[in-house]
Amino acid sequence: MSKIQYSEIEGNSKGFYLVLLVLGGLVGLGALAAFYMEHNGHWVTGMDNQIAWGLPHVFAIFLIVAASGALNVASIGTVFNKYLYKPLGRLSGLLAIALLAGGLVILVLDLGRPDRLIVAMTQYNLTSIFAWNILLYNGFFALVAVYLWTMMDRSVGKYYKSAGIAAFVWRLILTTGTGSIFGFLVARPGYDAAILAPTFIILSFSIGLAIFLLVTLAFYQGTNRELGDAVLLRMKNLLGVFVAATLYFVAVFHVTNLYAAEHREVEKFILAGDSIHTKLFWIGFVIVGSLLPLLFLYSKAGKSRTMIILSSLLVIVGAFSLLYVVVIGGQAKPLEIVNPNEWKVVSSSFGDAVDYHRYNPTLAEFLLGVGGIAMALLIVVFGCKVLRFLPVSLADKVVDPHAASK
Amino acid sequence: MTETSKTDNSRRKFITAGAAFAGLGLAPGVHLIQTAQADTSPSPKAVTSDKRWGMLIDANKCGDCTACITACNKEFGLEGGQSSEGNKARDTQKTQYIRKVELLNKQTGHKLSLPILCQHCESPPCVDVCPTGASMKRADGIAKVDMHLCIGCRYCMMACPYKARSFVHEKIVDQKPYAPRGMGTVESCNLCVHRVDEGRQPACVEACNKEGNKAMVFGDLKDENSAVSKQLKKHSSAQLRADLGLNTGIRYRGI
Repeated sequence: MSKIQYSEIEGNSKGFYLVLLVLGGLVGLGALAAFYMEHNGHWVTGMDNQIAWGLPHVFAIFLIVAASGALNVASIGTVFNKYLYKPLGRLSGLLAIALLAGGLVILVLDLGRPDRLIVAMTQYNLTSIFAWNILLYNGFFALVAVYLWTMMDRSVGKYYKSAGIAAFVWRLILTTGTGSIFGFLVARPGYDAAILAPTFIILSFSIGLAIFLLVTLAFYQGTNRELGDAVLLRMKNLLGVFVAATLYFVAVFHVTNLYAAEHREVEKFILAGDSIHTKLFWIGFVIVGSLLPLLFLYSKAGKSRTMIILSSLLVIVGAFSLLYVVVIGGQAKPLEIVNPNEWKVVSSSFGDAVDYHRYNPTLAEFLLGVGGIAMALLIVVFGCKVLRFLPVSLADKVVDPHAASK
Repeated sequence: MTETSKTDNSRRKFITAGAAFAGLGLAPGVHLIQTAQADTSPSPKAVTSDKRWGMLIDANKCGDCTACITACNKEFGLEGGQSSEGNKARDTQKTQYIRKVELLNKQTGHKLSLPILCQHCESPPCVDVCPTGASMKRADGIAKVDMHLCIGCRYCMMACPYKARSFVHEKIVDQKPYAPRGMGTVESCNLCVHRVDEGRQPACVEACNKEGNKAMVFGDLKDENSAVSKQLKKHSSAQLRADLGLNTGIRYRGI
């Protein structure tokens, strides 16, 4: 480990400033979108009293889930003693913090009253899984910051292992919390399942690693540093395992639901309906986001960087589609206030009688979400510019586990 | 060495100045919190759990009357009462505390018109999930939103099994003194708590009995001599989504 040299990125090329400009511009647009929504009220969005959580929540949950997953690379090095991953621990921690920050910014700016954030930070209703999440997010920032400190400052290096284990356990609890935001909603047949928590955890593994791979490749390509196949191919194989595991958990969730008569209507709507959710589920998540990446990653061509980049992008598209179906699709079927097998809802002034609630996201909601992603990336770029997060080289001879463990 | 200590000093000064600025920024906020908390002393007529307010709705009597909805909209200045600025919200974004749902029994062809409002559960999911405690249940069973604590996260809307909650999507003007509705917060039926505390009936019940089909009975479920308790004792009644075990304060006949 001592042989690994880290350095800041130089960050004075035209390309670097172009990246900053683009990301900064997107953050600016996101801020404008948030201001527009908050100034006018949510009537300017596609959300309503039926679809109370819209596209911003899909982006926010995507980033929050990705954040805990991005920390995995560091955890594998620290907790499971895989030396190959240790040099990447710093970037992994930074990316985790940045993605969480990006997700939370979206979540907060989509609140009806973001100006009351102080209320959310001071008034805790401890029966609320949401309130737990606020504590879990803050704890995650603090723990990962300490974890990074133990990686980067030799004087506290002896706490490296403990900090790493603490952060790993915390991230598992955090994603359990994120999944339980939906899992605890007993009244909605599209949610109300304990398996949502582990599903979110395994989903976080795959999104986090896909983003980590893309960011690592971008940095090493962009700064002309050497990135050997040893570490890259190991992560590529792991991504395939995570993608397959996510598919398995999602399959179990739906098969279990299909077995229960009370959930059949919702399952029919998601799996065999004519809405966007069915398309996003089968085409977006199953085919494009799971089967194709698996095929690519484990094919002969899977070792090429183009294929790794393509697969990672597809995994992200798939995860986003899945979260859209979970968040929006889960609200789309009208609540079953009376037994739907016995009663047909003929009419209602509040949307109870529709086959499903439509949701048309607006540009403002989209820009707010993209702004959050841009902010996360901006934090990573800024972090790598001012502190030593990136190993100077990840060439095979540098990261070789046998040499490093001696 | 000398160079290093100089640098350290400047950083210390910077941090001190930063802390001072932060203090200046926070001080008015702390003052505001004190002011806001100043008037929270318990009312001399404190609400207790000796009562539990509830309602029985006879779906067979209800028919196509909408007197309860009109009265509710007027009482709270809801969109039907035109209190929003510019009336920009789409229909699906407008607040409804009480609505009529027309039902058809698939097997028997029996038709029902059901008024649905907040069911004032004994174990309300909205209260469980609210991160700040803005969603609350009074000791007398009335579930409501403290609009000063609500941050507009809408988690209660996700959790409510009855879709009883609405989010205020646009600016509200001319609010009633007893209903400080505001853009960006969630709201729902509070059983006309301002009336109940004065010993009056909720607006919907009053209208139903005056202009409607006398399908609603309101009262204290814990008082066995109240009209509602007597009716509940005499006739069988049902809860909506009884499977959830929420023990609702609103009961129905004829479903």
